[in-house]
Amino acid sequence: MTVAVTAGTPGRGRGGRRHRPLPTWALGLIGLAGLVTVVELAPRAGLVDERFLPPFSDMVSALADQAATAEFWQSLLETLRGWAIGLSIAMVAGVVLGILIGGIPLLRAAMNSTIEFLRPIPSVALIPLAVLLFGTDMRSTLLLVVYAAFWQVLVQVLYGVQDVDPVARETARSYRFRPLTQVRTVIWPTALPYMMTGFRLGAAVALILEITGELIIGSPGLGRQIAVAQTSGAVAAMYALVIVVGLIGVVVNVIARAAERRALRWHPSIRGEVPR
Amino acid sequence: MTTAPIGAAARPESSTTMLDVRNLKKVYEGRGRSVEAVRDLTFTIASGELVCIVGPSGAGKTTLLRCVAGLLDSTAGEVVLEGERVTGPPPGMAVVFQEYGRSLFPWMTVRQNVELPLKEKKVPKAERQRLVREALEAVGLADAQGAHPWQLSGGMQQRVAIARAVAYEPHLLLMDEPFAAVDAQTRADLEDLVRSLWKRLGVTVLFVTHDIDESVYLGQRVIVLSDSPTVVLEEVTIDLPDERDQLVTRSLPRFAELRAHVYELIQQAKGGHRPAS
Ligand SMILES: Nc1ncnc2c1ncn2[C@@H]1O[C@H](COP(=O)(O)OP(=O)(O)OP(=O)(O)O)[C@@H](O)[C@H]1O
Ligand SMILES: [Mg+2]
Repeated sequence: MTVAVTAGTPGRGRGGRRHRPLPTWALGLIGLAGLVTVVELAPRAGLVDERFLPPFSDMVSALADQAATAEFWQSLLETLRGWAIGLSIAMVAGVVLGILIGGIPLLRAAMNSTIEFLRPIPSVALIPLAVLLFGTDMRSTLLLVVYAAFWQVLVQVLYGVQDVDPVARETARSYRFRPLTQVRTVIWPTALPYMMTGFRLGAAVALILEITGELIIGSPGLGRQIAVAQTSGAVAAMYALVIVVGLIGVVVNVIARAAERRALRWHPSIRGEVPR
Repeated sequence: MTTAPIGAAARPESSTTMLDVRNLKKVYEGRGRSVEAVRDLTFTIASGELVCIVGPSGAGKTTLLRCVAGLLDSTAGEVVLEGERVTGPPPGMAVVFQEYGRSLFPWMTVRQNVELPLKEKKVPKAERQRLVREALEAVGLADAQGAHPWQLSGGMQQRVAIARAVAYEPHLLLMDEPFAAVDAQTRADLEDLVRSLWKRLGVTVLFVTHDIDESVYLGQRVIVLSDSPTVVLEEVTIDLPDERDQLVTRSLPRFAELRAHVYELIQQAKGGHRPAS
């Protein structure tokens, strides 16, 4: 939070000021270093109880201990696998249904209220149902992940299909493109930026639900390890695992953005020429 | 493709009918508001003709073109193309849209844009490559093949849209105010380009414009539309020499006469005058 704020605001205030502002990434690092210092010093100075917030160096050494166990790597793998499978299912379902529903006006009108009803249901409200169906199996968590990520993707794809330029659509029609060609050459590229956004949002939500599922349902993964560490009083280890989860989130976001840039070289937001 | 000798200025009465528009009417139905864009249009265009449609802004020219292209259902009347009633986009037709920038696909290169309709028409690869190359050469963009449309100027984008239409080898080429947004010099060049392509390919061209000079310079015939609700005011035959030149043709006394005539028609229409029917 603090990082984003310090990094964002001064970067934009170009010109007018006498001294040149630091580059954004440098400010980001300074913010991060500040956070680490606070977390290190506050417990040592006795400002907070070490039982609740151990110094940062303790977390790091706990992390090193974790990294030496096979269980940690196994859990990490379980989490990543659950996340990836869930997100993939949500992406495929969201994109296919989004193009279908968005492409057929009648279907869209019919589905609108259904979507508006189902979408706001928080995924965690489905936990009892998931447990009823699959017990503490990884499929329980998968259900949550898919449900949560699916709506993110679907809604974005629907926006994307809606955004197809009417002139581009008419061009495709005037050259008698078959429906599938229209999807491939006009609808798909237009909706792609939205799909990417859907992917990014879906990836974040999927990770949240994956960890939530593991924490509450107890399906295998880092979330369960966090719960185990907490109940056994290994507070530093618990924080270490939380940091790992946070890092996964950062890496996922970075990858999603890089994929976006590659796929959208032609797009006005990416191509970086002066807008007309 | 027609078998008529290329460049022969086909006389309407001596050749076959390409396009027949009969009592076309189009009313846009909106929520609580309906706009009668086109009231009653009837005209025919012979195979191989170059006809300009001129009318004030908002006269329903784009509406007419979209009905002819089968992109819009008419409220009444019919459009018959090569003997068949138009109910959807017919084969062998290409449209150059008024909003040419939005009609090109920004995610494709110039070359891919021009090639795509040919792929969809299942033209064999070698033939396709030849058509794309020739079309881009004809519009002077052979060097821009690998560029994306948004890397080109407005005039260049318009030429890509024309190349795409030309490579498609249509029987009927519909152009909707294609030069409205380019500068005078580019516009003159593009006008000559259209004339030369028309002569070379023997294609029937329906060229919509709101520019009186342009319509007289380009067309063999000019169909003058009233403002909305639209009817045909008059069909003016342009009896200028077939070889047109920006300087020479435009300074002919006959050019000035025709231009003045079309201008008068449109002025009268604004004053509420309608042709006796
Ligand atoms: N989709 C639409 N819905 C409702 N009314 C429309 C629609 N498209 C056009 N019109 C109306 O129909 C009339 C004719 O519009 P049209 O676009 O055909 O004119 P135009 O002759 O092409 O004008 P311009 O020279 O400015 O391009 C206008 O009054 C316009 O407001
Ligand atoms: Mg128009």
